[in-house]
Amino acid sequence: MQALRQDFPILQRKINGYPLIYFDNAATTQKPRQVIDAITDYYMNHNGNVHRGVHTLSAEATDLYERGRECAVEFINAKSTHELIFTRGTTEAINLVAYSWGMQNLNRGDEVLVTLMEHHSNIVPWELIARSKGATIKYARVNGDGTLDYEDYESKITKNTKICCLSHVSNVTGVINDVKRVGKAAHDNGALMLVDGAQSVPHMKIDVQDLDMDFLAFSGHKMLGPTGIGALFGKEDILEKMPPFQGGGEMIREVSVAGGNCSVSYNELPYKFEAGTPDISGSVGLRAAIKYLEAAGMDKVLSHEKELTEYAAKRMKELQKVTVYGPSDVSKKCGIIPFAVKSMSSHDTALFFDNYGIMLRSGYHCAQPLHELFKLTSSARASFYLYNTKEEIDRFAEILGELEKL
Amino acid sequence: MSTVADYVSRIEGTCGAESDVIVNFKYEKKDEAIANILKKATKKNMIAGIIYEMTYEGVSFRLYTSGKAIFRGFRTKTELMDFLVKLLL
Repeated sequence: MQALRQDFPILQRKINGYPLIYFDNAATTQKPRQVIDAITDYYMNHNGNVHRGVHTLSAEATDLYERGRECAVEFINAKSTHELIFTRGTTEAINLVAYSWGMQNLNRGDEVLVTLMEHHSNIVPWELIARSKGATIKYARVNGDGTLDYEDYESKITKNTKICCLSHVSNVTGVINDVKRVGKAAHDNGALMLVDGAQSVPHMKIDVQDLDMDFLAFSGHKMLGPTGIGALFGKEDILEKMPPFQGGGEMIREVSVAGGNCSVSYNELPYKFEAGTPDISGSVGLRAAIKYLEAAGMDKVLSHEKELTEYAAKRMKELQKVTVYGPSDVSKKCGIIPFAVKSMSSHDTALFFDNYGIMLRSGYHCAQPLHELFKLTSSARASFYLYNTKEEIDRFAEILGELEKL
Repeated sequence: MSTVADYVSRIEGTCGAESDVIVNFKYEKKDEAIANILKKATKKNMIAGIIYEMTYEGVSFRLYTSGKAIFRGFRTKTELMDFLVKLLL
């Protein structure tokens, strides 16, 4: 993995006179030259608006946009391009399901099951739709080490449960959830399963057919791609029955106001859910990112991150005033380590590291309920990706040691 | 005549129960902003050559040599802006 670092121009940067160490990968990832070049090439040579254009540039742009979709479909092993809708990211993908599927299928007395470890993006859209439809949100418990309480989760699935929503990987603790187990429990009770894949798709091989997911949401920028592009996978038969989320542009087949009445028919999947001009360069960049990850090998990406996480956890345990949250068993998690330094706010911790060119995240990480469970006012978070190294962790541990002495 | 906007590029409320507010000084004015603050406020402590623990008119805050400051306890942005006017100008 060390050799890959030269592909990332930003990693040559210095911050406050120190070499950049980027440990905020759960928030967004850095971009390799291959992704930057693909986007530049698109704008320099192929830019046009997609679909329904007859000229050369429109055709080229459409081909490139759709190649991005095909690439994403193969990456998660969806059955066809009908099952992959481009969105702005994970949040918009979940909102799409909450509003489109939720408005049609949730009613008074129905239940939506989420967990206390969810990102706000997998809580708030459901709260909004449940309030407007009279449905109820149930919250499954999380154990003290941040792992899911599966028995509680499964006991909360009832005949009224219409959809079960779960992060595949927690963005706070890095805990990997057994989505296959939870999906089976949901399906056995007639409920659907939505998986927030924002922190899993970038880090491990995902097979939506093997995992029997009904919906999977993920973001391009967390997997070396550009910001502004993400995707919703949905099983075709479910997506077919769902009404459009937004109106206008490519999602339209026909609009007629003949006779004073407006009649509208919608385009086929996946375009029914892609209103307006889409993020064409985003699709181009996402394809380049996926190709890059595939060349690196997703199994190697995950094993590298686990190795870094194990090493970082070991180095952090050597310190007296540092508390690490989440499971100590690395096999249960990805490369995310939340921690706190005694008598230091997480923001002070992150600013201290920033002085040494080390980028960390601080705060709730959009997961306030989990922090309430841990009785934390906030936390600092180090998160790793394929370009990070043990030498960087050594430097991180060295600075953490300095911080502890204060 | 200088204004707070001459020195401050961005004020960000952080997430977390601490309700910290981080003031980012403009890169080209950060040294001047830090000098102004050090002149007016009282230095309680200097940590690792990076963080000044400061107090001014009963308000404690941390000033970073990288050009950022963390304030806590202000109820509104107006309250903080009034304080920054006194502190910086």
